[in-house]
Amino acid sequence: MDFDLTTEQQDVANLCREFAEGEIAPHAQEWDAKAEFPLATVRKMGELGLLGLPFPEKYGGAGADTVSYALAVMEIGRADASVGITMAAHVSLGSQPFFSFGSEEQKQKFLVPLARGERLWAFGLTEPQAGSDAGATKTTAQLRDGRWVVNGTKCFITNAGTQMTGGVTITAVTGAGNGRAEISNVIVSQDTPGYTQAPPYKKMGWRASDTRELHFDNAEVPAENLLGERGRGFKQFLDILDGGRISVGALSVGLAQACYDAASKYARERFQFGQAIAKFQAVQFQLVDMAVEVELARNAVLKAAWLKDQGRDFATAAAMAKLFSGEVSRRCANAAVQIHGGYGFMDEYAVSRYWRDCKINEIGEGTNEVQRMVIARQLGL
Amino acid sequence: MKIVVTVKQVPDTNAEKALDPKTKRLNRSSIENVLNPFDEYAIEEGLRLRESVGGDTTVTILTMAPASGTEVVRKALGMGADSAALISDESVGGSDTMATSYLLAQALRHIGFDLVLSGTQSTDAINSVVPAAVAERLGIPCLTFAKKVTLSDGRIEIQRETESGFWRVAARLPAMVSVTKGINEPRYPTLKGIMGAKKKEIKTLSLAEIGAEPARIGDAGSKTQVDSFATVGARAKGTVITVSDPKEGARQVLDFLIAKKAI
Repeated sequence: MDFDLTTEQQDVANLCREFAEGEIAPHAQEWDAKAEFPLATVRKMGELGLLGLPFPEKYGGAGADTVSYALAVMEIGRADASVGITMAAHVSLGSQPFFSFGSEEQKQKFLVPLARGERLWAFGLTEPQAGSDAGATKTTAQLRDGRWVVNGTKCFITNAGTQMTGGVTITAVTGAGNGRAEISNVIVSQDTPGYTQAPPYKKMGWRASDTRELHFDNAEVPAENLLGERGRGFKQFLDILDGGRISVGALSVGLAQACYDAASKYARERFQFGQAIAKFQAVQFQLVDMAVEVELARNAVLKAAWLKDQGRDFATAAAMAKLFSGEVSRRCANAAVQIHGGYGFMDEYAVSRYWRDCKINEIGEGTNEVQRMVIARQLGL
Repeated sequence: MKIVVTVKQVPDTNAEKALDPKTKRLNRSSIENVLNPFDEYAIEEGLRLRESVGGDTTVTILTMAPASGTEVVRKALGMGADSAALISDESVGGSDTMATSYLLAQALRHIGFDLVLSGTQSTDAINSVVPAAVAERLGIPCLTFAKKVTLSDGRIEIQRETESGFWRVAARLPAMVSVTKGINEPRYPTLKGIMGAKKKEIKTLSLAEIGAEPARIGDAGSKTQVDSFATVGARAKGTVITVSDPKEGARQVLDFLIAKKAI
């Protein structure tokens, strides 16, 4: 076994930490308060290559491995979970499907500008009536005169409405076969007539990320905008979600680490009863539990990433890592606020934002309950 | 044109530092090392000059560091430098500014250069002596504290920062230039730069290769020795002025500042 990072992985993590501390962390509170999408910063991340991190150079990416990608999301997410999810959703949900299932032509046309960070892309799976039960998709795409005509609604979609968004890939019912809905992935560019994005949701956390409801009203796209094989949409998005769990897990680890850092710093500075509260065992135990869980969650996420890099089956490891680190982030955020006492309840302290940001880690890209279902199935239960 | 940027690996500015009582040197073992922040401006200036001059201009990074020093060199390569050279030998430990400037000058003669760039100082030793000493040893003009650098036809002109403004100083190449913080905004390494860094050469220079004489390096070659050291005592408690009348308070603060010759 080798737990050492390669020099490349270390350098990627160093760059992301430096960028996050210099360009993201100082503004996180303001972006959160104003629910402002940090367009200029995301563009800068694109210029550095962060938005195309794991894709090969020939498609405009940096050619880094999944471990590097996970480390990068941890560092960005440690500074600001909103920017972290913007990056993770763009890479794992927006861009990855083109890389995994796109034709060479689609990769050149769509993936290259995304990997170069010139555009963001969204992935639209969830619908008002089809959340965890993604098979219940109602959005339809009908082939008429050589064009797909899309009708329906998608909700909670990340990165769909920013000024640098190029479009969205959606799951849609393209027909019926064997008594089940035939689901396919369809590419919808931002300028497609009949495709509109509602104003951003008002959210409890991840407030600086762009999340919207999408409407398709006879939105027509060319027949070649089918991504991957017709009728394979269900299998394809399950594949995408497997990989996405690594990045959401990494995001949770980043947030949990931020909680520990803030709580540990505060506990050393805050004096009560004549000594730093970090000297009290009641506080020490909380900090120790946080440190232990952050360490284990980090290892779980990096192991899943490593398995993916080795070309091995990583689905169970990724689901476990996502589930565990999401719960760890919630426990760490709770403890961090508790250690801060009354100050932790104030907007002025970052831990209050962490507390609002952590909850979605147990919901987004598969709730804890769905993760447990997935893992149960993988365990053969 | 060949630009060489001399850089130094320093302990993380934010880390707590301790001196080893035995060697009287900084205990570097438990501290994370970073690229001297002042040197980042020199690297950035080198890259900008390369972009403006064009042609076959290259930027080479030169440093003197233990083998672990490759991390800071890789950062420079990730920013876009073309290659790097590392003077790495146990016997260089303890070198003072005289010995260090000797080693750097020897290495610069060995690798060749048209322009040498450096930061004005390091964040650990803060002597600000090495650039001038290197230039002296090489017999080349030394232009220090540059807040602006212009290059044309083998001539370099700088704006040398002073307290009240700047001097314009010019020289013919080859020359040594130290640049100030604020001359530019150093870029971040890019992902492509990081991934490409492994394809770039990091050459380790032996003492024999650069023709460095053992008597002139390390402790033996150093003109200065650390006799003893002491830690700075804790800062005395500040003065608290407690009054009920704000005007009276303001007057007392004013008197205090005048007494201290602060205003």
